[in-house]
Amino acid sequence: MYDAMMAETINISGYGGDHIEAYLARPLGAGPFGGVVVIHHMPGYDEETKEITRKFAVHGYTAICPNLYTREAPGASPDDAAAAVRALGGVPDERLVGDVLGAVTFLRAQPSSNGKAGTIGYCSGGRQSFLAACSLPLDAAVDCYGAFIVGAPPEGMPLKVGPIVDLAKDLSCPLLGLFGADDQRPSPDEVAELEKALAAAGKVFEFHSYEGAGHAFFAVNRPAYRPEAAKDGWQKIWDFYGRYLAS
Amino acid sequence: MCTYLTEKVEVDGSGKGASGWFAFSEATVYFDHPQHAAAEHTLNIDFRNPGQGPSARVAVELTAESARALAAAIESTLASAPPGLA
Repeated sequence: MYDAMMAETINISGYGGDHIEAYLARPLGAGPFGGVVVIHHMPGYDEETKEITRKFAVHGYTAICPNLYTREAPGASPDDAAAAVRALGGVPDERLVGDVLGAVTFLRAQPSSNGKAGTIGYCSGGRQSFLAACSLPLDAAVDCYGAFIVGAPPEGMPLKVGPIVDLAKDLSCPLLGLFGADDQRPSPDEVAELEKALAAAGKVFEFHSYEGAGHAFFAVNRPAYRPEAAKDGWQKIWDFYGRYLAS
Repeated sequence: MCTYLTEKVEVDGSGKGASGWFAFSEATVYFDHPQHAAAEHTLNIDFRNPGQGPSARVAVELTAESARALAAAIESTLASAPPGLA
């Protein structure tokens, strides 16, 4: 099997027509390939998220990770950019949706595209993956331990995000949710509430919660990494995208 | 978990970052996942000067225990300074 791929930094058009940086990884075969938008976690557009983006290309998807912090910190190192955006209260929801739309439009316009596009996000990106899938016509979405879909941040916290569980009725595609049973953001009760809302709205979804895993169990460079949960989680992702995104 | 907890305080002072010394204007304090420290959660402080761009930052990530020890040391140092100086 021909397995060449390439990865590079490009610019795409995001919310409001702004040019934003993005990391693109794509198989070099003729396709057709499904597209994946990788939504980075709160610590930013970092090396590990780029590695995840390349992993999708290895598995036969054209993947793109927009740098959601481009505007506040162009050219800055990912940790400095994350600190700057954190101090400003995070990424506004409307802007996130516009940036994901730009990435999806880019993916679907590629000659090798099969016309399908999905999202995956980690941590704050998990919530944003759900938000994008409730706001845009997508083919599949994955939420990895996204907090504040259910429940609001504690009083006084500068993070400008609120609960969005009410958007469940607008979900445009099947949703895969991967959670750690020991996580408190989102807590098992919050995950159960989201599950209830999706079922009530008649949506297609599957959730998996891993015992012995907490937040960020996919993060290979952090003590939170849980190899068993991550390995099974990746398999769930390949199965799910295989059903809904691959040609 | 990601705690997202963030306190922001105005600070007046200076620090040495990747490009040398610069004046701080604010500090953000939060207990969350570190970038570098080998712990699941740390007390993180970003001393920043947003007017000089996102790279004008001095960052520290401390375990909860060492952060408390540092806070106590700061308080006791200030308390033992000669009257009228601190």
